[in-house]
Formats: sequence, C-alpha cells, structure tokens
Amino acid sequence: MLLSIENINVYYGRLHALRDVSLQVDRGEIVSLIGANGAGKSTALKAISGVLRPRSGTINHEGRDLAGLPPHKIARMGVAHVPEGRGVFANMTVRENLLLGAYARRSRREAEESIEKVFTLFPRLSERSAQLAGTLSGGEQQMLAIGRALVARPSLMLLDEPSMGLSPLLVGEIFNLIGEINREGTTILLVEQNAYMALSIAHRGYVLEAGGIVLSGLSADLRKDPRVQAAYLGDVGTPPPE
Amino acid sequence: MEYFVQQVINGLQIGFVYALVALGYTLVYGIVRLINFAHGDVFMVGAFIGLYAIERHHLPISAVFLAAVGGCALLAMAMERVAYRPLREAPRIASLITAIGMSLFLEYFTALHQVFGPDYYSFPRPFAVTTWEVRGITLTNIQAIIFVVTLLCLGLLQFVVYRTRTGRAMRAVSYDYVTAGLMGVNVNLVISLTFALGGALAGVGGVLYGIAYPQVNTFMGVMPGLKAFTAAVLGGIGSIPGAVLGALIMGQSETLTAAYLSSTYRDGIAFLILIAVLVWKPTGILGTARTEKV
Repeated sequence: MLLSIENINVYYGRLHALRDVSLQVDRGEIVSLIGANGAGKSTALKAISGVLRPRSGTINHEGRDLAGLPPHKIARMGVAHVPEGRGVFANMTVRENLLLGAYARRSRREAEESIEKVFTLFPRLSERSAQLAGTLSGGEQQMLAIGRALVARPSLMLLDEPSMGLSPLLVGEIFNLIGEINREGTTILLVEQNAYMALSIAHRGYVLEAGGIVLSGLSADLRKDPRVQAAYLGDVGTPPPE
Repeated sequence: MEYFVQQVINGLQIGFVYALVALGYTLVYGIVRLINFAHGDVFMVGAFIGLYAIERHHLPISAVFLAAVGGCALLAMAMERVAYRPLREAPRIASLITAIGMSLFLEYFTALHQVFGPDYYSFPRPFAVTTWEVRGITLTNIQAIIFVVTLLCLGLLQFVVYRTRTGRAMRAVSYDYVTAGLMGVNVNLVISLTFALGGALAGVGGVLYGIAYPQVNTFMGVMPGLKAFTAAVLGGIGSIPGAVLGALIMGQSETLTAAYLSSTYRDGIAFLILIAVLVWKPTGILGTARTEKV
C-alpha cells in the first residue's frame, strides 16, 4: 500500500468538508476520485499534500503519517500535487517552472536530467522553455504543471481536474499522457469531474458525495453501476472523440 | 549648468540611500502583501549599529557595514516572526496596524536611556572627507562610496533574486505561496529570508546615511522611511527596478526643489508626488495591475 487514508475529517471553519474519508492507493495504480462539484474531491487532495490540515484521521504514505506536516515536507517525501487550475508561475519561464519542480533536489545535474526527461515526454515544453509560462495555451500550461510535478520524480502524483477548461481533443491528449506516465511507474490519484474520462483510465475509483465516500470499486464495475451512470456519467455511450 | 549637474549628483546621493530602503518595502510587499511601516526604523537601527561599531569598537568600515547588515537582517526576521507571521491569515488591516505599532515600539523603545537614548548623536566620520573637482562640479568620497556600495548591493540583489535557487523560490512564493509549498519550498523560511534581505539593505542604507548626514536619532527613520515608501509606490510597489527608479526620482525632486524653489517645499513636494501617483497611476511607473489572490 503506497497511500492509505483512514477516517480523515477536514473542516473549513465550521463547514465539515470531509467526513470520515478512507481510501487506499496501491503502488502502480491510477485511482480516480469522482463526484459532483463541491463534493470534497479537491479538499481530499489538499489534505494529503498538507495544504489543509485534517482535524482527525491518519494519512499514511510509504509508512509515514503525513497528517499535520507542512506542504513542503510532504512534497519532499515524494508526493507531487498538481493543483486545480494548474498553478503555473505565469511570471516565470517554462524552464524556471520546471526548476522549481526540482526544487527539493540539491543536485543541479539531477534536476537537469529530470527536466530533459520531461522534455522528451512533452516536446512542446522544450520548444517553449524560454517563454513565460503565462503566455502558454491552457493545454500547454496543464502539460507544464504535470511536467513540473514529474521533475520531482514523485512516488505519488495527485492530479486535480487536469481536463478543466480544455477542448475535448486536448483532454484526450492529456489523458493519454497520464496513462503513459503511469505505465512508466508513477502512481496517480486523479480527481475529475469528467467521470467518463476518469473511469476509462483509472484502475479503481471512489465516488465522493457531500464529503463522504459512497461507493468504491474497480473502474469497470463503477461504470456499470446504475447509480454512477445516473449521477455522473449522463449520456454513457458518447465517448469523447479520439 | 554646473549648478544643475551638481544638484543632480547631490540628488543621486540621497536617491541611492532611498533606493536601499525602498527595496525593503517592495521586497516585503511583493512576498506577503504587507507595507512594513517599521522598515524605516530598521534603517535607524542600522545607523546606530554603525555609530557604535565605529565609535566604541573602532571597526574597519567593511566590518561596520557587516555589523549593520547582520543586525538589521536579524531584527527584520525577528519582527516578521513575532509580529507578522501570527497574523498572516488575518485580515490585511490587522498586520498593517501591527506594522505601525511595531514602528512606534522601535522608535520609543530604542529612545530609552538603556538602549540608544533620546538625544541627537553625532555620527563619527570613519574616514576623512576628500573632494574632487572637475570643471566646477565637486564629488566627495562620501558620494563615491554611496554610489559604489549601493550599486554593489543592487547587483547582488539582482543576482540573488533572478539567478539563484533561493531567488526563484522567493519569486514563486511571491506569485503563489500555496503552489510554491507544493514544490517543496519552505514558505516560512523564504518569507524570513526576504525580510532579512530587506533588513540588510536598510542596514547598509542606515550606515551610508549616517556617514553622509552625520547626526542620528531614534526618530531619524520616519522621514526617510516615508520617502522610501513613496518611492516604492511611485516605481510600482512589488517591482525591484521600480523601487530604484522611484527612489532616484524622489532624490532628484528633493534636491531640485531645494535648489530652485526652497527647501521648505522639499517634503511637501515629495508627498504631493505620492498623492498624485495614488490618484492617477496607483500601480506606479513599472508596476503591473494584478488581481489580488483570495
């Protein structure tokens, strides 16, 4: 078990945002967390990466409890969080953004190697390495955000809404890349509103509703589940253009 | 014409000192969106450290600068840790009022007899003043030192902010501190270092000011602090080149007002500039409007 969350509770002030959430991610998996807007998907990722502090419960990653640690320590333990809205540093170049991804690596040479690897995965970033990140298109910014997380060579990548604001064509491209990154050995916990895409790529899934997990299982089973179909898949059978 | 050039040189002298102080306002604002009103008082502490280092300890001039740099960096870091960090998530007005309180505290606490004392003290000249004259224009070695030391500091700051890993982290925290944390950047440490950097520059400014205008008092930081703040706003607060540009403009406006109008108008015009900037171009000359983060 790479990541094991037991009964975490997270509050925004008095709002109980996550209720006794438990979930597991195995090494090598893509696990997807689906649910409606405001169900607490992003909150769960923020609790794992330390942006939010759970009031109770444990978050075990590679045998260590992350709950209560500051974000930079969690990041240095191999958890890379690609936040909703990408969070690229628009006032810095693509290369500087990638160097920040490698911030925890003291060795400049290792950082350069990781960046070169990301450039082979995303050749478009390589072409634009001297360009300010703010001038990239939405899809390129998403690639940069994912590439920046990869530079840290994380054991676990948390991806928050990678499809947000992208054209269906680009969404397909991004999801293909996510699959490729996973096949190369990175474990991924994926939060998506686009449940169809998420369940088509993930091995397993959890359904979050009003801060609590209501369903979980293999993606194939979830896709067939009538409750999931009714609530999240809508028109099943209209796959996005490939 | 000589008179005008002479005034411009004199304006550069004070403008460069303002630049060192203005940078502290702009660095801190850039990273935590706080106007640190106590920054002028850090500058004052720098001048007093310089005074003691020269008068009591007879340190060589480079050690005098180092002492002021170290002392002011520590003071600025302590201030952030004690007064501003606990209020980081509080409404902006809370830290602003705290900054004003911190400023008054430093002024009146250091005015105690057990600390620096309430009087005006003369700042010892660490070297004899020499004057060079070229075609009716004079340049003193004090001015030369101010120009050289300030330019060195500016170069060093530019290098740290744009060429080092720490500078990259500073810019990242300034842009979006939550995401910077996700990159493994220790946000608290970077904020601390930014305060230290601003304090260090103010320390250098304090010593230079003491050398150029050799009288110190615990309230001496108030006016230069406000002028440097005006300079930072004029140039575009948050912008490093803006702070320097604003400070140079302030220096010129001051000396030229004193030279061609009357020195009684000097401060009035300085603050008229502040009001004019806030009314017509609140983002300053080099500042960019940016949407405030929630």
